[in-house]
Amino acid sequence: MKYYTYFPGCSCSTEGGAKAYSWSVQAVSKVLDSELVELDDWNCCGSTPSSSVDELAAFCISARDLALAEKRGFDLVTPCSACYVIFNRTNHYLKQYPRLKTKVDEALGAGGLEYHGTVRVRHVLDVLVNDIGYDAIAAKAKKNLNGLKVAPYYGCQVVRPKPSFDDPEYPQSLDKLIVSLGGEAVPFPLKSRCCGGSLIFTEEAVALDLVRRLLDSAQKNGAECLATVCPLCQTNLDAYQGEVNKMFQTNFHLPVLFFTQLIGIALGLDEKDLGLKTCVVPADKVLAKYR
Amino acid sequence: MEKSGNAFVDEISSIPGGEGIRLCIQCGTCTASCPNADRMEHTPSQLIAMARAGMRKEVLASKAMWYCLSCYLCTVRCPRGIKQTELMHALEYLSIKEGVSPGETLTPTMYRLFNHYACSLGSLPELWFMTRFYLQTNPLRAWRIVPVALNMLRRGRLSLRRRRLTTEGTGQLRAILHKAESLGGV
Repeated sequence: MKYYTYFPGCSCSTEGGAKAYSWSVQAVSKVLDSELVELDDWNCCGSTPSSSVDELAAFCISARDLALAEKRGFDLVTPCSACYVIFNRTNHYLKQYPRLKTKVDEALGAGGLEYHGTVRVRHVLDVLVNDIGYDAIAAKAKKNLNGLKVAPYYGCQVVRPKPSFDDPEYPQSLDKLIVSLGGEAVPFPLKSRCCGGSLIFTEEAVALDLVRRLLDSAQKNGAECLATVCPLCQTNLDAYQGEVNKMFQTNFHLPVLFFTQLIGIALGLDEKDLGLKTCVVPADKVLAKYR
Repeated sequence: MEKSGNAFVDEISSIPGGEGIRLCIQCGTCTASCPNADRMEHTPSQLIAMARAGMRKEVLASKAMWYCLSCYLCTVRCPRGIKQTELMHALEYLSIKEGVSPGETLTPTMYRLFNHYACSLGSLPELWFMTRFYLQTNPLRAWRIVPVALNMLRRGRLSLRRRRLTTEGTGQLRAILHKAESLGGV
């Protein structure tokens, strides 16, 4: 059994729009002999918007979570690429900028906390492919994905900016995972390009155009669905797909699954536990062929 | 920190991640990599050149940096190792601190609201955030996302319930933020 501390982040929390991602992460990890225990009383990771508004507050918020995680002593694992990038940034900055660390330490102290910089922050994708491994996952599979054509979509922040567990521009881990489960990872040149992020709220046309490019590339390469590793990417590609169709007179109908949902299907888990019904573009038809 | 003789460059350099501005060789790799460069009134490399020319007012009033998606493609490609994305965030931060509110883009307003929830509640209640953002900016725009919101509601993806920390957790977060406020920023 492997033990981790789990940080769902706002989107993948019980109240969040991507809670199904957490469901599928938990369902899959159980089968794979890993225990992801949710961090008690966590707060927002610090977030990219916050760091532009009040940078010190953002670092302090982020450091509170890391300090709480440090007490537990395990790697901190998150399914959200945005939380992943922020926590790694906080860790990195507290080491690189002593003046910032002094201030953050002082603020944490006011809350009776201290942080020594020892928490390793990981993404669920990293844990699954590197700690558990492709072969171990495939060994537990009950169903073969039977050549299901999947566009492996990484988005940005799981592979950038730091050299992480995969290539920053042309990552492969998700591709290999899909293949090891019997699926086909279609060539997807835009696999690590941006989904528009939170500009979907403020610059809708700009963000929708970025989504359109991704869907277009996936479709042209023969994908029947996309697999994502980030709740924001999933929401933009799935919930806004109808808006893309309206704005660009396109006719996309591509289900966008969390990669852990896809693993769950291969492991033969109950679809309810994987939250497949939360997909706005229904995945039923595509998956029916493989049941 | 070494002074550059340019107050604006010094100001940017004093923000963690902003110090790279001194290293730029204007090769344009960041601009060529940026998915939104064509939407910006000044490209990322132009913003750096303007800052180094001391054009503080023009840079901070620009809406260019607000198109940054934080995709970090510029950062991993910069041959000088500049944290270009963080540089854009530093410009956003200074622009907000200055009280400059660029017209035509609602991103600073959205960021402020996001930060309000992160600090006061400790998490982001998506439905409340979206509703308040559209009411605050332009309720007429809200009709556009009604279909999106309805679809998400139908799939059980929008919750009225807001996640709350325990009483102790809330107190702790407040104490930390209160202290941080007294420390005068990064």
